[in-house]
Amino acid sequence: MKIPLTIKETQDGLIKKEFSAVQLVDAYLERIKKYNEEYNIFLTTSDEIAYSKAKKFNDLDQYTEEFFKENPLAGVVVGYKDIFLTKGIRTTAGSKVLESYIPPYSATSVSRIENAGAIPIGKLNCDAWAHGSSGENSDFGPTKNPWNKEYVPGGSSSGSGAALAANMSLITTGTDTCGSIRLPANYCFSVAIKPTYGAVSRYGVIAMASSLDTVGPIGRTVEDVETVFNVIKGEDGYDGTVVNSKFEIRNSKLRVGIPKEFFTEGIDPEVEKTITLGIEVLKKEGIEFKEVALPSTKYAIDVYYVIQPAEVSSNLGRFDGIRYGNGRDSFGDEAKRRIMLGTYVLSAGYYDAYYLKAMKVRSKIISEVDKVFDEVDALIAPVAPTPPFKLGDKVSDPLTMYLTDVYAATANLCGIPSLALPSGFSKQGLPLGFQLMGSRFSEPALFELGKLYHKAIDYVPKVAF
Amino acid sequence: MDMAKLSKADVTHVARLAKLDLTDTEINKFLPQLSQILEHVGELGKVDTTDLTPTSQTAGLTNVLREDEVKPSSIDQNGALSGTNKTHNGYFKVDAILTERSDK
Repeated sequence: MKIPLTIKETQDGLIKKEFSAVQLVDAYLERIKKYNEEYNIFLTTSDEIAYSKAKKFNDLDQYTEEFFKENPLAGVVVGYKDIFLTKGIRTTAGSKVLESYIPPYSATSVSRIENAGAIPIGKLNCDAWAHGSSGENSDFGPTKNPWNKEYVPGGSSSGSGAALAANMSLITTGTDTCGSIRLPANYCFSVAIKPTYGAVSRYGVIAMASSLDTVGPIGRTVEDVETVFNVIKGEDGYDGTVVNSKFEIRNSKLRVGIPKEFFTEGIDPEVEKTITLGIEVLKKEGIEFKEVALPSTKYAIDVYYVIQPAEVSSNLGRFDGIRYGNGRDSFGDEAKRRIMLGTYVLSAGYYDAYYLKAMKVRSKIISEVDKVFDEVDALIAPVAPTPPFKLGDKVSDPLTMYLTDVYAATANLCGIPSLALPSGFSKQGLPLGFQLMGSRFSEPALFELGKLYHKAIDYVPKVAF
Repeated sequence: MDMAKLSKADVTHVARLAKLDLTDTEINKFLPQLSQILEHVGELGKVDTTDLTPTSQTAGLTNVLREDEVKPSSIDQNGALSGTNKTHNGYFKVDAILTERSDK
């Protein structure tokens, strides 16, 4: 069977009885079996659970419009980044420390996605502990980009992007501490939302840097990502940072800012060009653009590489090999580097110079960004300075790898949402795109802009093969 | 502000604080990498942050409290112990941290 590429196509197919939920699971698992060895996208598949769930929903007569209103993700096959706890299914965080860990409970987002009818197909490869921009830091080997297997799929949610490009799942989940949802979406021709800090519960998601971590969906259309976001958002009583926001669109006429600091010399010409074209398209649709200045955002990546390792060193402190997992000698190089960096910036004599300083510069960036959102509803920017790079290119140089996320850091430091949108392909046939950042809890405005843009360019979801 | 150059002794000290057993090869590999990263983030020293209060989180919430109640959905003892084989009478088994005094 031809696997549908969107939630709507899937549910229409079920209503029209073109296929059953079990046949869908068959089709996805067949592809995973065929291609996973080559691309290293799934670490674990949950065949039995997928089939038992699909069988529950296999009566085609139940599929009515009304049914899908109550079960918005019915028939939707989902893969989770392997940093989301899944009760009874191995969860590794991409690390040998947790190579045989089976969680006794599921993350809130996992439970909500499944309560909405989704079928869990398995766990996706990622940089160990979500530390990385290429997927190459996974202790289980790098994931390859389905659009060209010599290239990285983007990290850290590497399998979550690649699974969509390889048509191994309809939607996936990711975490974004500094671009880890947006980058794989960008490098794999997918749509993703990095939600507002406090919009989606992180309960049951292995923590990386708690003041920056966010949980969000990746899919092939803005509509699909919005549907999943609406399923997972809101308070659960287990993550004290989450609030139930009204998510209102502030203005009927949306204005977008172009922050000139995000278009500096390091940017690849094809990345810049796709954004310039995107701006032209949205202008024709009546969106107003203006240049804005965010001078302190040039320090965002430095602030991030102080605050994040500090929080990592604290969060990874709990892995002692006593209650679960292996001992600390099982940490890979990147985790060790970040733990040491974090411990150093928090240690006596260096706390003020690094950590306290970074927290103050963070305030400065936030105040500039807040001020700009008095004038505009969104900011357009690259996700990364270049299209996907080759496997191995940055792996021996941690600092160069870190700078991949130079444009991603601002959204996390400010706790604002950002929508990553595919826009086209480079001359080499590699995915291109950009991000739209908004003020806190302005996800609906970003979704509107994303839909407007994709409608205007006649966007159609694509898979690599 | 003192952004002293990272030494081998610093790396050893930090590894000890973080409970990481590093080999000499690892220390020699990490030292230049960590130095390079610290030099980059040291740029922050140039930013004027007078009168700025530090930001530790962006939720804007303080002291989110709830009743301390046991809920039926809570993980039971077996669930809590399910992550390890090293248990004893329903407890986690750990290495001894105290040794018998030798001067008695």
